Amino acid sequence: MSGTAISDTLVLAKRNFLRIARAPDLLLAFTVQPIMFVLLFAYVFGGAIPTPGHSYINFLIPGILVQTMAFGGFVTAMGIAEDLRKGLVDRFRSLPMARSAVLAGRTLSDIVTNGISITVMLVVGVIIGFGFESPFLHVVFGILLLLLFGYAFSWVFAFIGLTSSSPEAAQSLGFIIIFPLTFVSSAFVPPETMPAALQWFAEWNPFSITVNAIRALFIGDPAGNTIWGAIAWSIGIATVFGVLAVARYKRAVVR
Amino acid sequence: MQALGGVDLSAPAGTVLGLLGPNGAGKTTAVRILTTLLPADGGRARVAGIDVAAEASLLRRRIGLAGQYAAVDENLTGFENLQMVGQLYHLPKGEPKARATELLERFDLEEAGGRLVRTYSGGMRRRLDLAAALVARPPVLFLDEPTTGLDPRSRIGLWETIEGRVAEGTTVLLTTQYLDEADRLADRISVIDHGRVIAEGSADELKDQVGGEALVVTLESAAAAEAAIAALADLCSAPPERDGSVLRVPVAERKGTIAAAVQRLNDAGVGIDDISMHRPTLDDVFLKLTGHAAEAEAEGEGDGDG
Repeated sequence: MSGTAISDTLVLAKRNFLRIARAPDLLLAFTVQPIMFVLLFAYVFGGAIPTPGHSYINFLIPGILVQTMAFGGFVTAMGIAEDLRKGLVDRFRSLPMARSAVLAGRTLSDIVTNGISITVMLVVGVIIGFGFESPFLHVVFGILLLLLFGYAFSWVFAFIGLTSSSPEAAQSLGFIIIFPLTFVSSAFVPPETMPAALQWFAEWNPFSITVNAIRALFIGDPAGNTIWGAIAWSIGIATVFGVLAVARYKRAVVR
Repeated sequence: MQALGGVDLSAPAGTVLGLLGPNGAGKTTAVRILTTLLPADGGRARVAGIDVAAEASLLRRRIGLAGQYAAVDENLTGFENLQMVGQLYHLPKGEPKARATELLERFDLEEAGGRLVRTYSGGMRRRLDLAAALVARPPVLFLDEPTTGLDPRSRIGLWETIEGRVAEGTTVLLTTQYLDEADRLADRISVIDHGRVIAEGSADELKDQVGGEALVVTLESAAAAEAAIAALADLCSAPPERDGSVLRVPVAERKGTIAAAVQRLNDAGVGIDDISMHRPTLDDVFLKLTGHAAEAEAEGEGDGDG
Protein backbone atom coordinates (compact mmCIF):
# COMPACT_ATOMS: atom_id res chain seq x y z
CA MET A 1 0.00 0.00 0.00
CA SER A 2 1.33 3.41 -0.88
CA GLY A 3 1.23 6.39 1.49
CA THR A 4 -1.77 7.93 -0.21
CA ALA A 5 -3.66 4.63 -0.12
CA ILE A 6 -3.20 4.52 3.65
CA SER A 7 -4.19 8.15 4.22
CA ASP A 8 -7.22 7.81 1.89
CA THR A 9 -8.27 4.69 3.79
CA LEU A 10 -8.02 6.52 7.11
CA VAL A 11 -10.05 9.48 5.78
CA LEU A 12 -12.84 7.08 4.81
CA ALA A 13 -12.62 5.02 7.99
CA LYS A 14 -13.10 8.23 9.95
CA ARG A 15 -16.16 8.99 7.88
CA ASN A 16 -17.64 5.60 8.82
CA PHE A 17 -17.03 6.19 12.54
CA LEU A 18 -18.68 9.59 12.40
CA ARG A 19 -21.70 7.91 10.86
CA ILE A 20 -21.93 5.44 13.72
CA ALA A 21 -21.45 8.16 16.32
CA ARG A 22 -24.26 10.21 14.74
CA ALA A 23 -26.75 7.44 14.20
CA PRO A 24 -26.14 5.41 17.34
CA ASP A 25 -28.99 3.02 16.49
CA LEU A 26 -26.35 1.16 14.49
CA LEU A 27 -24.46 0.59 17.74
CA LEU A 28 -27.25 -1.71 18.90
CA ALA A 29 -26.10 -4.19 16.27
CA PHE A 30 -22.65 -4.39 17.85
CA THR A 31 -23.73 -4.42 21.48
CA VAL A 32 -27.28 -5.43 22.29
CA GLN A 33 -27.60 -8.06 19.55
CA PRO A 34 -24.55 -10.08 20.69
CA ILE A 35 -25.73 -9.90 24.32
CA MET A 36 -29.13 -11.16 23.22
CA PHE A 37 -27.57 -14.09 21.37
CA VAL A 38 -25.39 -15.08 24.32
CA LEU A 39 -28.32 -15.02 26.73
CA LEU A 40 -30.73 -16.82 24.40
CA PHE A 41 -28.38 -19.64 23.55
CA ALA A 42 -27.06 -20.03 27.08
CA TYR A 43 -30.46 -20.20 28.73
CA VAL A 44 -32.80 -21.52 26.02
CA PHE A 45 -30.64 -24.19 24.38
CA GLY A 46 -27.98 -24.55 27.02
CA GLY A 47 -29.83 -27.08 29.14
CA ALA A 48 -30.75 -29.28 26.17
CA ILE A 49 -27.39 -29.59 24.42
CA PRO A 50 -24.85 -31.89 26.08
CA THR A 51 -21.25 -30.76 25.58
CA PRO A 52 -18.93 -33.36 27.07
CA GLY A 53 -15.90 -31.93 28.80
CA HIS A 54 -17.19 -28.35 29.08
CA SER A 55 -20.06 -26.41 30.52
CA TYR A 56 -22.38 -25.23 27.74
CA ILE A 57 -21.48 -21.60 28.35
CA ASN A 58 -17.77 -22.36 27.86
CA PHE A 59 -18.62 -24.34 24.72
CA LEU A 60 -20.92 -21.62 23.44
CA ILE A 61 -18.87 -18.43 23.85
CA PRO A 62 -16.17 -19.29 21.26
CA GLY A 63 -18.87 -20.36 18.79
CA ILE A 64 -21.00 -17.31 19.23
CA LEU A 65 -17.96 -15.01 19.02
CA VAL A 66 -17.02 -16.50 15.66
CA GLN A 67 -20.60 -16.16 14.43
CA THR A 68 -20.67 -12.52 15.50
CA MET A 69 -17.42 -11.87 13.64
CA ALA A 70 -18.85 -13.43 10.50
CA PHE A 71 -21.85 -11.12 10.63
CA GLY A 72 -19.92 -8.04 11.72
CA GLY A 73 -19.23 -7.03 8.14
CA PHE A 74 -22.89 -6.49 7.30
CA VAL A 75 -22.36 -2.81 8.08
CA THR A 76 -19.86 -2.77 5.24
CA ALA A 77 -22.31 -4.40 2.83
CA MET A 78 -25.09 -1.97 3.70
CA GLY A 79 -22.79 1.04 3.69
CA ILE A 80 -21.34 0.23 0.30
CA ALA A 81 -24.73 -0.53 -1.23
CA GLU A 82 -25.95 2.80 0.15
CA ASP A 83 -22.94 4.70 -1.24
CA LEU A 84 -23.58 3.12 -4.62
CA ARG A 85 -27.24 4.07 -4.62
CA LYS A 86 -26.58 7.64 -3.53
CA GLY A 87 -23.89 8.20 -6.16
CA LEU A 88 -21.08 8.61 -3.63
CA VAL A 89 -19.17 5.79 -5.26
CA ASP A 90 -19.31 7.76 -8.54
CA ARG A 91 -17.86 10.76 -6.77
CA PHE A 92 -15.12 8.75 -5.04
CA ARG A 93 -14.20 7.04 -8.30
CA SER A 94 -13.87 10.40 -10.05
CA LEU A 95 -11.38 11.57 -7.39
CA PRO A 96 -7.62 10.96 -7.62
CA MET A 97 -7.73 8.64 -4.59
CA ALA A 98 -6.59 5.03 -4.17
CA ARG A 99 -8.95 2.55 -5.83
CA SER A 100 -8.89 0.31 -2.76
CA ALA A 101 -9.53 3.05 -0.19
CA VAL A 102 -13.34 3.03 -0.03
CA LEU A 103 -13.44 -0.71 0.62
CA ALA A 104 -10.37 -0.72 2.85
CA GLY A 105 -11.85 2.15 4.91
CA ARG A 106 -15.04 0.16 5.40
CA THR A 107 -13.35 -3.07 6.38
CA LEU A 108 -10.97 -1.21 8.68
CA SER A 109 -13.82 0.36 10.63
CA ASP A 110 -15.41 -3.11 10.92
CA ILE A 111 -12.34 -4.23 12.91
CA VAL A 112 -13.10 -1.59 15.53
CA THR A 113 -16.81 -2.40 15.76
CA ASN A 114 -15.98 -6.12 15.90
CA GLY A 115 -13.62 -5.30 18.76
CA ILE A 116 -16.49 -3.62 20.58
CA SER A 117 -18.69 -6.69 20.06
CA ILE A 118 -16.00 -9.08 21.36
CA THR A 119 -15.53 -6.99 24.50
CA VAL A 120 -19.26 -6.78 25.21
CA MET A 121 -19.77 -10.51 24.68
CA LEU A 122 -16.83 -11.56 26.84
CA VAL A 123 -18.01 -9.33 29.67
CA VAL A 124 -21.53 -10.73 29.49
CA GLY A 125 -20.15 -14.24 29.11
CA VAL A 126 -18.00 -13.92 32.24
CA ILE A 127 -20.97 -12.52 34.17
CA ILE A 128 -23.06 -15.61 33.36
CA GLY A 129 -20.28 -18.07 34.11
CA PHE A 130 -17.79 -18.23 31.25
CA GLY A 131 -14.21 -18.84 32.30
CA PHE A 132 -11.00 -19.02 30.29
CA GLU A 133 -9.14 -22.32 30.71
CA SER A 134 -5.93 -21.29 29.00
CA PRO A 135 -2.90 -18.99 29.45
CA PHE A 136 -3.32 -15.24 28.97
CA LEU A 137 -1.22 -15.13 25.79
CA HIS A 138 -3.46 -17.75 24.17
CA VAL A 139 -6.48 -15.61 24.95
CA VAL A 140 -4.85 -12.56 23.36
CA PHE A 141 -3.93 -14.59 20.31
CA GLY A 142 -7.49 -15.92 20.12
CA ILE A 143 -8.91 -12.39 20.10
CA LEU A 144 -6.54 -11.42 17.27
CA LEU A 145 -7.65 -14.51 15.35
CA LEU A 146 -11.28 -13.52 15.83
CA LEU A 147 -10.55 -10.04 14.44
CA LEU A 148 -8.70 -11.55 11.47
CA PHE A 149 -11.63 -13.86 10.74
CA GLY A 150 -14.06 -10.93 10.99
CA TYR A 151 -11.87 -8.88 8.66
CA ALA A 152 -11.94 -11.67 6.07
CA PHE A 153 -15.74 -11.73 6.15
CA SER A 154 -15.88 -7.94 5.84
CA TRP A 155 -14.42 -8.44 2.36
CA VAL A 156 -17.09 -11.04 1.60
CA PHE A 157 -19.67 -8.44 2.65
CA ALA A 158 -17.92 -5.73 0.63
CA PHE A 159 -18.36 -7.91 -2.43
CA ILE A 160 -22.00 -8.59 -1.51
CA GLY A 161 -22.59 -4.85 -1.09
CA LEU A 162 -21.18 -4.12 -4.51
CA THR A 163 -23.31 -6.78 -6.19
CA SER A 164 -26.62 -5.97 -4.47
CA SER A 165 -29.25 -3.65 -5.83
CA SER A 166 -29.95 -1.99 -2.47
CA PRO A 167 -28.81 -1.94 1.16
CA GLU A 168 -31.80 -4.10 2.10
CA ALA A 169 -30.93 -6.68 -0.56
CA ALA A 170 -27.32 -6.69 0.61
CA GLN A 171 -28.39 -7.41 4.15
CA SER A 172 -30.67 -10.29 3.27
CA LEU A 173 -28.24 -11.78 0.76
CA GLY A 174 -25.51 -11.73 3.39
CA PHE A 175 -27.87 -13.34 5.88
CA ILE A 176 -28.86 -16.10 3.46
CA ILE A 177 -25.26 -16.95 2.66
CA ILE A 178 -23.78 -16.79 6.14
CA PHE A 179 -26.57 -18.04 8.38
CA PRO A 180 -26.44 -21.69 7.20
CA LEU A 181 -22.65 -21.65 7.29
CA THR A 182 -22.65 -20.65 10.94
CA PHE A 183 -25.33 -23.10 12.01
CA VAL A 184 -24.06 -26.16 10.15
CA SER A 185 -20.86 -25.96 12.12
CA SER A 186 -19.47 -26.80 15.52
CA ALA A 187 -20.46 -23.36 16.83
CA PHE A 188 -23.60 -24.29 18.80
CA VAL A 189 -23.82 -28.06 18.92
CA PRO A 190 -21.24 -30.84 18.63
CA PRO A 191 -21.34 -31.93 14.93
CA GLU A 192 -21.47 -35.63 15.98
CA THR A 193 -25.17 -35.14 16.63
CA MET A 194 -25.92 -34.12 13.01
CA PRO A 195 -26.89 -36.36 10.03
CA ALA A 196 -23.85 -37.72 8.16
CA ALA A 197 -23.88 -35.25 5.27
CA LEU A 198 -24.22 -32.21 7.51
CA GLN A 199 -21.63 -33.63 9.83
CA TRP A 200 -19.15 -33.89 6.95
CA PHE A 201 -19.93 -30.33 5.95
CA ALA A 202 -19.70 -29.09 9.53
CA GLU A 203 -16.27 -30.62 9.96
CA TRP A 204 -14.80 -28.96 6.85
CA ASN A 205 -16.64 -25.68 7.29
CA PRO A 206 -14.18 -22.82 7.90
CA PHE A 207 -16.49 -21.67 10.70
CA SER A 208 -16.01 -24.95 12.53
CA ILE A 209 -12.28 -24.86 12.05
CA THR A 210 -12.15 -21.30 13.40
CA VAL A 211 -14.51 -22.14 16.29
CA ASN A 212 -12.35 -25.13 17.19
CA ALA A 213 -9.24 -22.94 17.04
CA ILE A 214 -10.84 -20.43 19.40
CA ARG A 215 -11.87 -23.25 21.74
CA ALA A 216 -8.26 -24.42 21.76
CA LEU A 217 -7.06 -20.90 22.59
CA PHE A 218 -9.79 -19.99 25.10
CA ILE A 219 -10.79 -23.22 26.85
CA GLY A 220 -7.81 -25.48 26.19
CA ASP A 221 -9.27 -27.96 23.67
CA PRO A 222 -6.66 -29.86 21.68
CA ALA A 223 -5.56 -27.50 18.87
CA GLY A 224 -4.52 -29.98 16.19
CA ASN A 225 -4.27 -28.12 12.89
CA THR A 226 -7.19 -25.85 13.65
CA ILE A 227 -5.23 -22.67 14.46
CA TRP A 228 -3.17 -22.79 11.29
CA GLY A 229 -6.26 -23.88 9.38
CA ALA A 230 -8.25 -20.91 10.70
CA ILE A 231 -5.46 -18.46 9.81
CA ALA A 232 -5.16 -19.95 6.32
CA TRP A 233 -8.92 -19.81 5.72
CA SER A 234 -9.10 -16.19 6.90
CA ILE A 235 -6.21 -15.05 4.71
CA GLY A 236 -7.56 -17.03 1.77
CA ILE A 237 -11.08 -15.61 2.10
CA ALA A 238 -9.76 -12.05 2.55
CA THR A 239 -7.51 -12.37 -0.49
CA VAL A 240 -10.06 -13.90 -2.85
CA PHE A 241 -12.90 -11.56 -1.88
CA GLY A 242 -10.55 -8.58 -1.64
CA VAL A 243 -9.50 -9.08 -5.25
CA LEU A 244 -13.09 -9.73 -6.38
CA ALA A 245 -14.46 -6.71 -4.52
CA VAL A 246 -11.80 -4.25 -5.75
CA ALA A 247 -12.28 -5.47 -9.34
CA ARG A 248 -16.01 -5.01 -8.95
CA TYR A 249 -15.56 -1.57 -7.37
CA LYS A 250 -13.50 -0.34 -10.32
CA ARG A 251 -16.50 -0.77 -12.58
CA ALA A 252 -19.25 0.13 -10.14
CA VAL A 253 -21.58 3.00 -11.03
CA VAL A 254 -24.93 4.17 -9.74
CA ARG A 255 -27.71 1.74 -10.48
CA MET B 1 -26.00 -3.15 -25.34
CA GLN B 2 -24.50 -0.16 -27.06
CA ALA B 3 -25.32 3.07 -25.24
CA LEU B 4 -23.29 5.36 -27.46
CA GLY B 5 -22.97 5.04 -31.23
CA GLY B 6 -21.59 8.11 -32.91
CA VAL B 7 -20.61 10.78 -30.45
CA ASP B 8 -18.10 13.42 -31.42
CA LEU B 9 -17.82 16.27 -28.94
CA SER B 10 -15.45 19.15 -28.47
CA ALA B 11 -15.43 22.21 -26.25
CA PRO B 12 -12.86 25.03 -26.30
CA ALA B 13 -11.43 25.94 -22.88
CA GLY B 14 -13.57 28.35 -20.89
CA THR B 15 -16.85 27.52 -22.64
CA VAL B 16 -19.92 25.47 -21.83
CA LEU B 17 -20.81 22.51 -24.01
CA GLY B 18 -24.39 21.42 -23.53
CA LEU B 19 -25.34 17.79 -24.09
CA LEU B 20 -29.06 17.84 -24.63
CA GLY B 21 -31.29 14.82 -24.89
CA PRO B 22 -34.03 12.81 -23.21
CA ASN B 23 -33.43 10.15 -20.53
CA GLY B 24 -31.81 7.09 -22.00
CA ALA B 25 -30.16 9.10 -24.80
CA GLY B 26 -26.65 8.30 -23.55
CA LYS B 27 -25.76 11.57 -21.84
CA THR B 28 -24.77 10.01 -18.51
CA THR B 29 -22.81 7.29 -20.30
CA ALA B 30 -20.83 9.98 -22.13
CA VAL B 31 -20.10 11.77 -18.85
CA ARG B 32 -19.06 8.52 -17.18
CA ILE B 33 -16.62 7.75 -19.97
CA LEU B 34 -15.15 11.25 -19.87
CA THR B 35 -14.78 11.18 -16.07
CA THR B 36 -13.05 7.75 -16.16
CA LEU B 37 -15.94 5.96 -14.45
CA LEU B 38 -16.60 3.68 -17.41
CA PRO B 39 -14.18 2.42 -20.04
CA ALA B 40 -15.20 3.09 -23.64
CA ASP B 41 -15.32 0.08 -25.97
CA GLY B 42 -13.75 2.18 -28.69
CA GLY B 43 -12.87 5.68 -29.72
CA ARG B 44 -10.66 8.25 -28.06
CA ALA B 45 -11.27 11.17 -25.75
CA ARG B 46 -9.06 13.92 -24.35
CA VAL B 47 -10.11 16.12 -21.45
CA ALA B 48 -7.93 19.11 -20.48
CA GLY B 49 -5.40 17.71 -22.96
CA ILE B 50 -5.22 14.39 -21.09
CA ASP B 51 -6.10 11.05 -22.66
CA VAL B 52 -9.08 9.64 -20.72
CA ALA B 53 -8.17 5.99 -21.05
CA ALA B 54 -4.35 6.09 -20.90
CA GLU B 55 -3.91 8.70 -18.16
CA ALA B 56 -7.02 8.25 -16.05
CA SER B 57 -5.37 8.85 -12.69
CA LEU B 58 -3.73 12.06 -13.93
CA LEU B 59 -7.04 13.25 -15.35
CA ARG B 60 -8.87 12.73 -12.05
CA ARG B 61 -6.79 15.53 -10.53
CA ARG B 62 -8.06 17.98 -13.14
CA ILE B 63 -11.81 17.34 -13.20
CA GLY B 64 -14.79 17.87 -10.94
CA LEU B 65 -18.04 15.93 -11.19
CA ALA B 66 -21.44 16.94 -9.88
CA GLY B 67 -24.69 15.51 -10.91
CA GLN B 68 -28.24 14.41 -10.56
CA TYR B 69 -27.46 12.18 -7.60
CA ALA B 70 -26.21 14.96 -5.30
CA ALA B 71 -23.45 12.70 -4.09
CA VAL B 72 -22.83 14.04 -0.62
CA ASP B 73 -22.73 12.08 2.63
CA GLU B 74 -25.91 12.67 4.59
CA ASN B 75 -24.34 11.75 7.90
CA LEU B 76 -21.56 14.30 7.66
CA THR B 77 -21.92 18.05 7.97
CA GLY B 78 -21.53 20.24 4.90
CA PHE B 79 -18.10 21.28 6.15
CA GLU B 80 -16.99 17.69 6.72
CA ASN B 81 -18.13 16.68 3.25
CA LEU B 82 -16.02 19.36 1.59
CA GLN B 83 -13.08 18.73 3.88
CA MET B 84 -13.19 14.99 3.08
CA VAL B 85 -13.24 15.67 -0.66
CA GLY B 86 -10.26 18.04 -0.28
CA GLN B 87 -8.34 15.35 1.61
CA LEU B 88 -9.12 12.79 -1.07
CA TYR B 89 -7.84 15.20 -3.76
CA HIS B 90 -4.65 15.23 -1.63
CA LEU B 91 -4.63 18.98 -1.22
CA PRO B 92 -1.74 20.25 0.92
CA LYS B 93 -2.17 20.19 4.70
CA GLY B 94 -4.57 22.85 5.96
CA GLU B 95 -5.96 23.46 2.48
CA PRO B 96 -8.99 21.13 2.75
CA LYS B 97 -10.27 23.10 5.76
CA ALA B 98 -9.58 26.46 4.15
CA ARG B 99 -11.29 25.45 0.90
CA ALA B 100 -14.29 24.04 2.75
CA THR B 101 -14.79 27.31 4.62
CA GLU B 102 -14.33 29.37 1.46
CA LEU B 103 -16.75 27.29 -0.62
CA LEU B 104 -19.45 27.18 2.06
CA GLU B 105 -19.33 30.95 2.13
CA ARG B 106 -19.42 31.29 -1.63
CA PHE B 107 -22.36 28.87 -1.99
CA ASP B 108 -24.36 30.58 0.71
CA LEU B 109 -24.10 27.57 3.02
CA GLU B 110 -22.11 29.29 5.75
CA GLU B 111 -24.77 28.87 8.41
CA ALA B 112 -25.70 25.35 7.36
CA GLY B 113 -22.06 24.23 7.17
CA GLY B 114 -22.05 22.78 10.67
CA ARG B 115 -25.32 20.89 10.23
CA LEU B 116 -25.70 17.31 9.05
CA VAL B 117 -26.52 17.16 5.34
CA ARG B 118 -29.60 15.04 6.02
CA THR B 119 -31.25 18.21 7.32
CA TYR B 120 -30.58 20.08 4.02
CA SER B 121 -33.15 20.92 1.37
CA GLY B 122 -32.76 19.58 -2.17
CA GLY B 123 -31.38 22.88 -3.42
CA MET B 124 -28.82 23.05 -0.60
CA ARG B 125 -27.63 19.52 -1.34
CA ARG B 126 -27.11 20.38 -4.99
CA ARG B 127 -25.15 23.47 -4.06
CA LEU B 128 -23.00 21.42 -1.71
CA ASP B 129 -22.53 18.79 -4.43
CA LEU B 130 -21.40 21.48 -6.86
CA ALA B 131 -19.10 22.96 -4.20
CA ALA B 132 -17.58 19.49 -3.69
CA ALA B 133 -16.85 19.30 -7.41
CA LEU B 134 -14.99 22.63 -7.18
CA VAL B 135 -12.82 21.84 -4.15
CA ALA B 136 -9.63 21.25 -6.16
CA ARG B 137 -10.32 24.17 -8.55
CA PRO B 138 -10.59 21.82 -11.53
CA PRO B 139 -10.19 23.41 -14.97
CA VAL B 140 -12.91 21.10 -16.34
CA LEU B 141 -16.26 20.58 -14.67
CA PHE B 142 -18.80 17.88 -15.52
CA LEU B 143 -22.36 18.63 -14.54
CA ASP B 144 -24.73 15.73 -15.12
CA GLU B 145 -28.26 17.10 -15.05
CA PRO B 146 -27.40 19.52 -12.24
CA THR B 147 -30.91 20.90 -11.79
CA THR B 148 -33.09 17.82 -12.33
CA GLY B 149 -35.73 17.77 -9.61
CA LEU B 150 -35.01 21.26 -8.29
CA ASP B 151 -37.63 23.94 -7.74
CA PRO B 152 -37.49 26.92 -10.14
CA ARG B 153 -35.83 29.27 -7.67
CA SER B 154 -33.05 26.84 -6.80
CA ARG B 155 -32.53 26.18 -10.51
CA ILE B 156 -31.94 29.82 -11.26
CA GLY B 157 -29.61 30.13 -8.30
CA LEU B 158 -27.58 27.15 -9.51
CA TRP B 159 -27.49 28.56 -13.04
CA GLU B 160 -26.03 31.80 -11.72
CA THR B 161 -23.39 29.88 -9.80
CA ILE B 162 -22.42 27.89 -12.90
CA GLU B 163 -22.23 31.08 -14.94
CA GLY B 164 -19.90 32.51 -12.30
CA ARG B 165 -17.49 29.53 -12.60
CA VAL B 166 -17.47 29.83 -16.39
CA ALA B 167 -16.71 33.54 -16.16
CA GLU B 168 -13.64 32.58 -14.15
CA GLY B 169 -12.43 30.37 -16.99
CA THR B 170 -13.76 26.90 -16.10
CA THR B 171 -14.70 24.66 -19.02
CA VAL B 172 -18.03 22.93 -18.44
CA LEU B 173 -19.71 19.93 -19.94
CA LEU B 174 -23.35 20.12 -18.99
CA THR B 175 -25.92 17.43 -19.67
CA THR B 176 -29.55 18.33 -19.44
CA GLN B 177 -32.97 17.31 -20.61
CA TYR B 178 -34.22 20.84 -20.11
CA LEU B 179 -34.12 22.90 -23.25
CA ASP B 180 -34.23 26.24 -21.46
CA GLU B 181 -31.23 25.20 -19.39
CA ALA B 182 -29.11 24.45 -22.46
CA ASP B 183 -30.37 27.64 -24.07
CA ARG B 184 -29.29 29.72 -21.10
CA LEU B 185 -25.95 28.15 -20.16
CA ALA B 186 -24.42 26.48 -23.18
CA ASP B 187 -22.21 28.17 -25.79
CA ARG B 188 -22.48 25.11 -28.01
CA ILE B 189 -25.12 22.42 -27.85
CA SER B 190 -24.91 18.83 -29.01
CA VAL B 191 -28.32 17.24 -29.32
CA ILE B 192 -28.08 13.55 -28.51
CA ASP B 193 -30.67 10.84 -29.04
CA HIS B 194 -30.31 7.05 -28.90
CA GLY B 195 -26.56 7.36 -28.34
CA ARG B 196 -25.88 9.55 -31.38
CA VAL B 197 -25.27 13.24 -31.84
CA ILE B 198 -28.02 14.33 -34.19
CA ALA B 199 -27.31 18.05 -34.30
CA GLU B 200 -24.63 20.42 -33.14
CA GLY B 201 -24.31 24.19 -32.97
CA SER B 202 -25.09 27.26 -30.92
CA ALA B 203 -28.67 27.66 -29.71
CA ASP B 204 -29.28 30.20 -32.50
CA GLU B 205 -27.85 27.93 -35.18
CA LEU B 206 -30.04 25.08 -34.04
CA LYS B 207 -33.09 27.33 -34.10
CA ASP B 208 -32.26 28.49 -37.59
CA GLN B 209 -32.30 24.85 -38.67
CA VAL B 210 -36.01 24.65 -37.92
CA GLY B 211 -36.85 27.72 -39.96
CA GLY B 212 -36.06 30.86 -38.01
CA GLU B 213 -38.66 33.39 -37.00
CA ALA B 214 -42.34 33.60 -37.64
CA LEU B 215 -44.98 36.27 -37.26
CA VAL B 216 -48.06 34.97 -35.49
CA VAL B 217 -51.26 36.92 -36.13
CA THR B 218 -54.62 36.25 -34.51
CA LEU B 219 -57.40 37.79 -36.60
CA GLU B 220 -60.66 39.19 -35.27
CA SER B 221 -62.49 37.09 -37.81
CA ALA B 222 -61.43 33.88 -39.52
CA ALA B 223 -63.27 35.07 -42.63
CA ALA B 224 -60.59 37.74 -43.19
CA ALA B 225 -57.79 35.18 -43.44
CA GLU B 226 -57.50 35.23 -47.24
CA ALA B 227 -57.34 39.05 -47.27
CA ALA B 228 -54.71 39.01 -44.51
CA ILE B 229 -52.52 36.47 -46.33
CA ALA B 230 -52.70 38.60 -49.47
CA ALA B 231 -51.78 41.76 -47.51
CA LEU B 232 -48.77 40.08 -45.88
CA ALA B 233 -47.54 38.33 -49.05
CA ASP B 234 -44.45 40.51 -49.50
CA LEU B 235 -43.25 39.86 -45.90
CA CYS B 236 -43.36 36.05 -46.21
CA SER B 237 -40.20 34.01 -46.54
CA ALA B 238 -42.24 30.82 -46.94
CA PRO B 239 -45.94 30.02 -47.44
CA PRO B 240 -47.98 30.97 -44.32
CA GLU B 241 -49.83 28.35 -42.27
CA ARG B 242 -53.39 28.90 -41.18
CA ASP B 243 -55.22 27.45 -38.20
CA GLY B 244 -58.70 29.00 -37.93
CA SER B 245 -58.19 32.66 -37.19
CA VAL B 246 -54.47 32.23 -36.36
CA LEU B 247 -51.92 32.80 -39.11
CA ARG B 248 -48.30 31.75 -38.83
CA VAL B 249 -46.18 33.66 -41.32
CA PRO B 250 -42.48 32.72 -41.62
CA VAL B 251 -40.44 35.91 -42.08
CA ALA B 252 -36.86 36.58 -43.05
CA GLU B 253 -36.33 39.68 -40.94
CA ARG B 254 -37.32 40.36 -37.32
CA LYS B 255 -36.69 44.10 -37.23
CA GLY B 256 -39.70 46.29 -38.15
CA THR B 257 -41.79 43.31 -39.16
CA ILE B 258 -44.59 43.84 -36.65
CA ALA B 259 -45.00 47.53 -37.56
CA ALA B 260 -44.98 46.74 -41.27
CA ALA B 261 -47.51 43.94 -40.81
CA VAL B 262 -49.86 46.07 -38.71
CA GLN B 263 -49.77 48.86 -41.33
CA ARG B 264 -50.50 46.46 -44.23
CA LEU B 265 -53.35 44.75 -42.37
CA ASN B 266 -54.87 48.15 -41.41
CA ASP B 267 -54.65 49.30 -45.05
CA ALA B 268 -56.43 46.10 -46.10
CA GLY B 269 -59.11 46.67 -43.43
CA VAL B 270 -58.32 43.40 -41.56
CA GLY B 271 -59.00 43.50 -37.80
CA ILE B 272 -56.20 42.15 -35.55
CA ASP B 273 -56.83 40.53 -32.16
CA ASP B 274 -53.18 39.77 -31.37
CA ILE B 275 -49.82 39.91 -33.14
CA SER B 276 -46.38 38.70 -32.06
CA MET B 277 -43.02 37.38 -33.23
CA HIS B 278 -42.30 33.76 -32.46
CA ARG B 279 -38.75 32.53 -32.10
CA PRO B 280 -38.43 28.74 -32.27
CA THR B 281 -37.57 27.15 -28.93
CA LEU B 282 -35.24 24.23 -28.52
CA ASP B 283 -38.41 22.19 -28.08
CA ASP B 284 -39.21 22.93 -31.71
CA VAL B 285 -35.67 21.92 -32.60
CA PHE B 286 -35.91 18.64 -30.78
CA LEU B 287 -39.29 17.81 -32.22
CA LYS B 288 -38.11 18.54 -35.72
CA LEU B 289 -34.84 16.58 -35.39
CA THR B 290 -36.09 13.49 -33.61
CA GLY B 291 -39.75 13.36 -34.41
CA HIS B 292 -40.57 13.24 -30.70
CA ALA B 293 -40.67 15.81 -27.94
CA ALA B 294 -37.75 15.91 -25.53
CA GLU B 295 -39.43 16.21 -22.18
CA ALA B 296 -42.48 14.00 -22.71
CA GLU B 297 -40.28 10.96 -23.22
CA ALA B 298 -38.14 11.93 -20.29
CA GLU B 299 -41.14 11.74 -18.01
CA GLY B 300 -42.10 8.33 -19.33
CA GLU B 301 -38.81 6.64 -18.45
CA GLY B 302 -37.36 8.38 -15.44
CA ASP B 303 -34.92 5.69 -14.39
CA GLY B 304 -32.17 8.25 -14.36
CA ASP B 305 -29.97 6.21 -16.68
CA GLY B 306 -29.45 8.98 -19.19
